[in-house]
Amino acid sequence: MVKQIDIIKPSKIFPNQDLVCLRTMVHDDPGSIDTYLKIGGYEQLKQILKKKTKPEAILAELKTSGLRGRGGAGFPTAIKWSFMSRDYDGMKYLVCNSDEGEPGTFKDRDILRYNPHQLIEGMLIAAYVMGTRVGYNYIHGEIWREYELFEKALDEARDHGFLGENILGSDFSFDLFAVHGYGAYICGEETALIESIEGKKGQPRYKPPFPATYGIYGKPTNVNNTETFASVPWILEHGGQAFQDLGVENSGGVKLFSVSGHVEKPGNYEIKMGTPFSELLNMAGGIWHRRKLKAVIPGGPSTAVVPAALIENATMDYDGLQKIGSSLGAGSVIIMDDSTCMVSALKRLSYFFYEESCGQCTPCREGTGWVYRVIKRIVDGKGTREDLELLTDVSKKISGRTICALGDAAATPVLSFIKHFRPEFEYFIQHGHSMVNTK
Amino acid sequence: MKITIEIDGQKIEVEKNTTIIAAADKAGIPIPRFCYHKKLSIAANCRMCLVDVEKFNKPLPACATQVADGMKVSTTSKIATEAQQSVMEFLLINHPLDCPICDQGGECELQDTAVAFGSGQTRYKEEKRVVFNKNIGPLISTDMTRCIQCTRCVRFLQEVGGMMELGMVGRGEHSEITAYVDRSIQSELSGNIIDLCPVGALTSKPFRYKARTWELIRRPTLAHHDSLGSPLEAHIKQNKVIRMLPREDEAINECWISDRDRFSYEGLNNEDRLQVPMIKEKGQWKESDWETALTLIGEKLKDILDQHGPEALGILISPQSTIEEGILAKKISKTLKSPHIDHRIRQSDFSIEHEASPWLGSHIDAIGQFDQYLLIGSNIRNEQPLLTSRIRKSVNQGASLFVINSIDADPLMTVAEKMIQTSHKLPHTLAKVLKSMTEIKGVLKKDIKFIKADIEKIKTDKVSDAIAQHLMKNVLAGKKNNTSILLGQIAQEHPDYSTIYKLAFEISKLSQATFGVLPIFANSVGLHAVNVLPEKGGLNAYEMLEKKLKAYVLLNIEPQLDASNAQLMQDAIVSSDFTVALSTYNSKYLKNANVILPVSPFTESSGTIVNMEGRVQSYTAVTQSLGQSRPAWKVLRVLANHLDLKDFDYESSADVKEAHLKSKNQFLSKELSNSIEITSDYKIRITKPKQFSRIGEIHQYCIDPIVRRAPSLQTAIQKSKAFAKLNPIDMKSLKLKVNDKIQVTQGKQSTILIVIEDVSIPEGSIYIPSGIDDTANLANNYGDVTVKKITARSGS
Amino acid sequence: MIHADDIKLIDKELKKFPDNQKQSAVISALRIVQTRHGWLSKEHISDIAHYLGMPEIAVMEVATFYNMFNLEPKGKYQITVCTNISCMLRNSDEIVQHLEKKLGISFGEVSKDKKFSLKEGECMGACGSAPLCLINNHTMHEYLTTEKIDQLLASLK
Ligand SMILES: Cc1cc2nc3c(=O)[nH]c(=O)nc-3n(C[C@H](O)[C@H](O)[C@H](O)COP(=O)(O)O)c2cc1C
Ligand code: SF4
Ligand code: FES
Repeated sequence: MVKQIDIIKPSKIFPNQDLVCLRTMVHDDPGSIDTYLKIGGYEQLKQILKKKTKPEAILAELKTSGLRGRGGAGFPTAIKWSFMSRDYDGMKYLVCNSDEGEPGTFKDRDILRYNPHQLIEGMLIAAYVMGTRVGYNYIHGEIWREYELFEKALDEARDHGFLGENILGSDFSFDLFAVHGYGAYICGEETALIESIEGKKGQPRYKPPFPATYGIYGKPTNVNNTETFASVPWILEHGGQAFQDLGVENSGGVKLFSVSGHVEKPGNYEIKMGTPFSELLNMAGGIWHRRKLKAVIPGGPSTAVVPAALIENATMDYDGLQKIGSSLGAGSVIIMDDSTCMVSALKRLSYFFYEESCGQCTPCREGTGWVYRVIKRIVDGKGTREDLELLTDVSKKISGRTICALGDAAATPVLSFIKHFRPEFEYFIQHGHSMVNTK
Repeated sequence: MKITIEIDGQKIEVEKNTTIIAAADKAGIPIPRFCYHKKLSIAANCRMCLVDVEKFNKPLPACATQVADGMKVSTTSKIATEAQQSVMEFLLINHPLDCPICDQGGECELQDTAVAFGSGQTRYKEEKRVVFNKNIGPLISTDMTRCIQCTRCVRFLQEVGGMMELGMVGRGEHSEITAYVDRSIQSELSGNIIDLCPVGALTSKPFRYKARTWELIRRPTLAHHDSLGSPLEAHIKQNKVIRMLPREDEAINECWISDRDRFSYEGLNNEDRLQVPMIKEKGQWKESDWETALTLIGEKLKDILDQHGPEALGILISPQSTIEEGILAKKISKTLKSPHIDHRIRQSDFSIEHEASPWLGSHIDAIGQFDQYLLIGSNIRNEQPLLTSRIRKSVNQGASLFVINSIDADPLMTVAEKMIQTSHKLPHTLAKVLKSMTEIKGVLKKDIKFIKADIEKIKTDKVSDAIAQHLMKNVLAGKKNNTSILLGQIAQEHPDYSTIYKLAFEISKLSQATFGVLPIFANSVGLHAVNVLPEKGGLNAYEMLEKKLKAYVLLNIEPQLDASNAQLMQDAIVSSDFTVALSTYNSKYLKNANVILPVSPFTESSGTIVNMEGRVQSYTAVTQSLGQSRPAWKVLRVLANHLDLKDFDYESSADVKEAHLKSKNQFLSKELSNSIEITSDYKIRITKPKQFSRIGEIHQYCIDPIVRRAPSLQTAIQKSKAFAKLNPIDMKSLKLKVNDKIQVTQGKQSTILIVIEDVSIPEGSIYIPSGIDDTANLANNYGDVTVKKITARSGS
Repeated sequence: MIHADDIKLIDKELKKFPDNQKQSAVISALRIVQTRHGWLSKEHISDIAHYLGMPEIAVMEVATFYNMFNLEPKGKYQITVCTNISCMLRNSDEIVQHLEKKLGISFGEVSKDKKFSLKEGECMGACGSAPLCLINNHTMHEYLTTEKIDQLLASLK
């Protein structure tokens, strides 16, 4: 067996107080329940149950914290939770979205293996607030080990009486199960994920109705990202304001950034919102092989690529990235150095969306294939002058006309790559080969 | 609640929960669509219906967007048209533009929409996708490269058909519609997916390459194979019906038809269609002409009547005959003073005979709106393929279905409670429910006519109690009981039908449920209403055969296939002196008749039928009569002339109806009542079969001479048609293995069948279908049977 | 026939869902059966359909939708290499070429001795340790180099 090399520990780089979701990582055996208990884990749950804290009070704290959904859309979590009707007395479900599969995103995996109990506690608090009886954590198909680790964590939590009937002697009951995906990026989309939990193909549902009224088995359901849930215990422990204060306006708290691509030390970095991009790049050891930065996809392929010049002075938060025409997404920072052929990179990304389109709606099913084939044709040296207009036009025609946001996501790279690197595309079409001397 | 919205500047008042597309449809504003269908769930996947809704920054699908008060929609703004054009372009990039060779050409939603909303030229230079075709059975042909993945077919089979037989496998661009591993589609409603398919991916296999759609003449007609009377459109080329499609009537068939109604037209063009009168001389069949044949019949019948009196003649007419044919036949028998006439050829117990009309007891559209259903003696999917979908919809939306039957047939919907008992125990099972009802506090027993001493002896059980509770709960709470109790074909053909009827009737009285019968044939209700029944002292269909009369007149009957007791009918004809058959086909089962007169099927004739809800529907011929065949009403009229009967001078079938059908309403109502007066106490006949009770069900594709000759439908069931089926326990006790041969005997005849194991058959029963060649010599469809295993030696 | 041990595993999955929602366990059931046999035959699909009370075509829909199911026999070791952007930037192509050369097969193929098959993967949610591959859908190998591939192949018996 090849020994797995552990990911570079952010603890080595950061003072602990900034660590929220990965705060166990400064300890040995970070994923165990003992470690979590040692750092005060499950204390928030205990307090809530003991004091019978009003859900409204928790929601208020959450609101103050400025926590926004970490799954990509950045929707304020407190508002989302308040959509779930408290009066509805039928079954309600809670879902954690650990299906990260958008290229460049690998932060939830580290939460699952290094701090699963904080996620469980976060979900318990969410369940308490929203009155959900059963929860599922949907885990990406390719990370089997993390699924097993999480199942183990669930057993530990159950053994400690944190899950099940009448938790810690209260009248609050909640059970949580792990569900394993099996290779479909689209299941990260929350309604596709719900369909998948129901044992169907992961085809997104048309919304409305939203999961809060019509989710799993047609019952009210709340879906949040792993990192979102995992942030909650910290917020309650330190207060919403403390979390907000870590970040900047509109972007409260800290965020996990998954840095991948052409850096010396790829990995997850949990840093304050609003941290300059340059600082993050530094932490990741800078561009590898002493090459130069060419472009960055700051939030995963569904966010626009930005050239080096634009991002060098940007800050890593919702507004900061919006200002430069991109967005924070899931915080998946893909770094490309000057040896990167942007045409080939786009080919790979459009292949991804073409492969992963669920196929139900026409523009996405037909459009993603069309886009991929045209780019492939260009890379094969058979591009024509009209192709760039065609690509732009087809992408625009997918965008905004599909059931779920994958259509928009598929269009974004095409539009932004061509916008920022047009000469490179034109060169390729004209000469039949890349402008960049790859290796 | 009504709200007002605006589409393209037009103000429209609509119900609050409708969608934009439904509102636009009502107002006649066109919105293109492929995946949307008003009768199916909303998928919103084709994106063709995108419209521009004020205050939204992107176009919304009209099919999935609910209206809101004051909403302003544009279907023609730049946002909307650009969206529509782009979706159209996407749909066409991978669509083979093979309209010239496509069966759908000329009636293709994609083609029409492309013309109206597309841009005209393609910018797609890459290779088009090719999808392999699937073999999904003899009825539907596939060209899957043309599929646009709207999933209407998948949703139809799941939601209306009740069984997920098609799916969209794969993902993204590789998605394709398919059945599981080339399995044939089983649904009895499958043909509707041909109509639903907006492109030419699913087309009719029997119709394939038969014609281009613009060559067809389209004429309205009515379905004749069940008692729904679905409105049809016959498509004709060169005086032949080569396709049948539904006409839409929300109150009858919604927009569907059963496969039987769709594909049975093939039987109309069968090669054994009789084109000239046939006379048997010295045992040899000879072609004849009308004059000779009718003169011969006139003379022969007059002779017999002179010699033996009017009681020597029996007239049996098919329950699919029109009321005009029924009226004329009845008039002939009356004028001749011959009291023996009947149309109930598959019935064997007639003790409630004249009182009760076999009608539904409610309107068809009301059938989909009950909260509870109790089905008694009905394999409803087989008997009422399309009506079943209304009940299914209701059950899927929360209604409860209870079943009492002698086969555990899967209705493809959730059954809340069921009591399955071997067929001779069917009345007993029903009595249990009645007894359970009388045990509920507050139920009055005194009105029940069922013999008290007998009911004391009956033991109730958990299920009968549960059904009784459900039936009574509203009544006891002082609320309206919105329950439908229906008697199916198995009940109607049961040897104790009248007991079953009485019990069911009493149950429905006690529970204040709506009581009805599911009429078996196209005109069961109409012929009953115009009294094509024996006169006082006359013999019913069964007795006429038992008594072995001297002469029979048969109208559109294939004796051994259409009888409740094939052997009996066969013997009666053999022993008669003279049998005249009016028949569309030159059937081998008519070889013992003396004269056969060629009569036209409904498509070549005119007349009136009355459907299960009492709806009177007339139709006219859609093609000319084949050869010398003539409409039966005309033949009966001329026959009357040849019998020297007076007052048979009708010019048309409409004349007959005009002169004799008292009601001029769209619905018969006075004529229809299924209430009975139970005048004396009754009891259950305890019959115990020597070995097995037969379940002699008839498959829906064998129900009448036309369907039996429709090749594609026959192919669809050919592998499953002729099996005997036994419960595993009975299989074991007879030491039988699946596919063993058995000899089954009824009366003095026996036949050899292959036996298979089937848990839906209760112990003590054997399923031996009727209406097929293999069992055409057996006796009572629901009588006693003995079964013997054929060992290798005795078999070879 | 589903193996008795697999039935136990499936039953365990079923406990996660309401009694009337057996279909929810279908992905797990397919995974469990595939893990034993390496792929899913038509019989496996039918068996699972019967066990969970689902129409076969519905199981087929699921089996063909999720990438990690194999509907054809594969090598004893199926190596799935992620080639998506983050891995591509870290030379996953080189890893793929190396594997193709060593095994004599390309993506989608099975080696003659049926020991190996290669598959192109989409993002595995582990891009920080790119390039990487997955053996038989269960074991991930990260920070790959051609030398590590050699070691890995040698360790797969
Ligand atoms: C194509 C697509 C893929 C997505 N993938 C993920 C994912 O892997 N993980 C995730 O948390 N959210 C993903 N999302 C977003 C979810 O739909 C949803 O918004 C999110 O889980 C909500 O959680 P949050 O509010 O905590 O962010 C995806 C959305 C789309 C359209
Ligand atoms: S946009 Fe693509 S992935 Fe999303 S529902 Fe439509 S086809 Fe499926
Ligand atoms: S008709 Fe509305 S999306 Fe297809």
